[in-house]
Amino acid sequence: MGNMNTLLQLLQSSIAFGTIIMFGAVGEIITEKAGNLNLGIPGVMYLGAISSLVGVFFYEKNVAQPNPFVCAVIAIVCAFLAAALGGLLFSFLTITLRANQNVTGLTLTIFGSGVANFFGGLLNGFSGGVGQIRVETTSRVFMAKIPFLSDLGVVGKIFFSYGWLVYVAIIIAVLSQWFLNKTRTGLNLRAVGENPATADAAGINVTLYRYLATCIGTGIAGLGGLYYVMDYTKGTWANDGTMENLGWLAVALVIFAIWRPKNAIWGAYLFGLLFWAYLYIPGLTRKSLELFNMLPYVVTIIVLVFTSFRKKRENQPPNALGLAYFREER
Amino acid sequence: MENNIAVKLQNITKTFGKQVVANKDVTLDIRKGEILSLLGENGSGKTTLMNMLAGIYFPDSGHIFVDTDGNGLKEVSICSPKDAYELGIGMIHQHFKLVDVFTATENVALGLDKSIAFNKKQIALDIKAICDRYGFKVDPDKKVYNMSVSEKQTLEIVKALYRGANILILDEPTAVLTPQETDMLFDVMRNMKQDGKSIIIITHKLNEVLEISDRVSTLRKGEYVGTVDTADATVSSLTEMMVGQKVTLEIDRNEPVDSKERLIVKNLTCVNKYGVKALDDISFTAYGGEILGVAGISGSGQKELLEAIAGLQETVDGSSVEYVDPNTGTSSQLIGKTALQIKNMGVALSFVPEDRLGMGLVGSMGMSDNMMLRSYRKGFVFTERKGPKNLAQKVKDDLEVVTPSISTPVRKLSGGNVQKVLVGREIAAEPTVLMTAYAVRGLDVNTSYTIYGLLNQQKEKGVAVIYVGEDLDVLLALSDRILVLCDGKLNGIVDARTTTKEEIGLLMTHLREEENDNG
Repeated sequence: MGNMNTLLQLLQSSIAFGTIIMFGAVGEIITEKAGNLNLGIPGVMYLGAISSLVGVFFYEKNVAQPNPFVCAVIAIVCAFLAAALGGLLFSFLTITLRANQNVTGLTLTIFGSGVANFFGGLLNGFSGGVGQIRVETTSRVFMAKIPFLSDLGVVGKIFFSYGWLVYVAIIIAVLSQWFLNKTRTGLNLRAVGENPATADAAGINVTLYRYLATCIGTGIAGLGGLYYVMDYTKGTWANDGTMENLGWLAVALVIFAIWRPKNAIWGAYLFGLLFWAYLYIPGLTRKSLELFNMLPYVVTIIVLVFTSFRKKRENQPPNALGLAYFREER
Repeated sequence: MENNIAVKLQNITKTFGKQVVANKDVTLDIRKGEILSLLGENGSGKTTLMNMLAGIYFPDSGHIFVDTDGNGLKEVSICSPKDAYELGIGMIHQHFKLVDVFTATENVALGLDKSIAFNKKQIALDIKAICDRYGFKVDPDKKVYNMSVSEKQTLEIVKALYRGANILILDEPTAVLTPQETDMLFDVMRNMKQDGKSIIIITHKLNEVLEISDRVSTLRKGEYVGTVDTADATVSSLTEMMVGQKVTLEIDRNEPVDSKERLIVKNLTCVNKYGVKALDDISFTAYGGEILGVAGISGSGQKELLEAIAGLQETVDGSSVEYVDPNTGTSSQLIGKTALQIKNMGVALSFVPEDRLGMGLVGSMGMSDNMMLRSYRKGFVFTERKGPKNLAQKVKDDLEVVTPSISTPVRKLSGGNVQKVLVGREIAAEPTVLMTAYAVRGLDVNTSYTIYGLLNQQKEKGVAVIYVGEDLDVLLALSDRILVLCDGKLNGIVDARTTTKEEIGLLMTHLREEENDNG
């Protein structure tokens, strides 16, 4: 039974972290499918996390009886908008000003983490002394488990013992898969990422598509930050760099999932599992532990080698990924 | 009569930059249900003119009228490809505008109306209906990257028709097709014409013009020359319209002195990436102290010829390029040697503008650093900088390169100055064979003459100069002999002093089958 519990714990923490990675990866897939390579995912997760925290903190502080529903709405809207604003900044720099996407993305990550830690520190200052703030009402909303189902023994624990954002992530991934492959807008978006000149000639507004894909993609990634602060850290701000690690794993997962949201679902849980595996492998020293932390990245590299080896065109990155587009001029 | 016209272009002018006039005051009618050939040499402005109908470019001045509903012509303004589609104009470009990882159906559906979900089956049925009507063959579920060039072209035409195009523009559609595929294309073109569509075919292949079109309009150097009924046209009358009267240019030309064999090319054959022969069994000899002009429609194998000699192009077994050293008189085989070895023997390729900054110069480096690209192997550990610096200064002074300093990045220089740097550097290496391609493309008259002067100097020094050009007047005035390529084959070598423009024009466009087979 002891082993059973350990395994259960491992699965539960894998799904918790997998959810954060999934939000980031699905958002990044939408962005990359339109041709923008945004390495600012960790940054926008930070932005989403801190904004939701700040938003609900002031709401809870100034209202005697905070309404749980309003708390949730404020948190979601703040997280999505702040992250999307990060995406807007990225879009403006890379699409309109044609700055290098890699550099801009890395800068956005540094920017996001700086902003979040600055305001996170300020926020914790409000609690006085060295304490931490806690947005209790809101985090309780996000941590609410499904009644009855979560009590169904082992099955309930594995599948239904999480806050509802876990299921939102899966729904968003499924919707994105449908959107990209079955809708006209999705088709147009993929065309923009594959061959912007062709899309342009077909009358598609390349700039608009790239702006929207990047902003919505970063907005979704921002929900990963929301889940981290509201559910995983229970409505507190404590930065130990975990969110940034998860953000990078999300970027790696995009490649692992070969740009398909449906693969990002199980891939994210696998990455979560690999992330936590070290805790459950006996006899690890501090040194060998670090080796295990590499696992998700090693798996990504293997997938990269494998996909480039097979050379199947559908499994390659979008053709125009990372390239600014401007109409040919003579 | 007016009712008969689908599109009218009136006094269209388009310039690029300050100097390049692509179209000047062109007026042209396209009738309903006809196939109109648009004929002209390279750079005569055919594609530019049609791009203005397709919404790629916008004319500087002039008017475009389109009959959209059968009720006569209306003036329109075409600002984007979308506008063109809405007017029923579809253009099939030389470089296909298709997404490789999409199926035929997805490519057709791209960018159309706003409804969220789309019915792939319905579109596939529509595609099939279009195919049945005109005799196309398209597999709706085939991915574009699995398609042959001909299939991609067919898909482009179907895509245009699906979007309701009544006026189809085909930009050199046969350039990439085999003869059988060309016949198939012509069949569907005739079917479309029967159906009342207007088709404009841009081409410079005279036999195709005569075979497929109802009327022929000709452009020369951006200007409209005239339109004739194909029934009244012959190969020679069309050639004359295309190349025009001879223009006499004041380029000095001395008789070659003491010319000795320098390059002996035998049975040179190259295959391009599609498996088609880009060069087919070329044999000729280039002499020291002469300028050998190379004429041909662009893409006839000029690039491959120069690159094969320079060691940059793989050749088929049996090809031979023999180099005779002017000092020792010994001959050696260039095929199989690396580009560097060939260069060290004195064979210089200044492959000028097709890719001015791509192949010869590094745009972000200054003149002096670019000179160093030829000598970076000199010096121990640290590069030797003084020589290249002096050379850069010398080229700047001698050729009057306009640049703030020799360390200014060359990409900031104008096209002509970049070309001077490139040619100057190659000449400074004191080559024994100097090959240039389109050395004066895009240059103003004065700079062009400077370049001609440079080439003549080299000729007097005994260098074998191979000059690939596109302006026949210049070729006639500058070269001693002119080698004419047609479809990768050597279609004749003529004496530049006695030949006529018409003769070269004919050789460029019309393969002399029988004579080639014997010779």
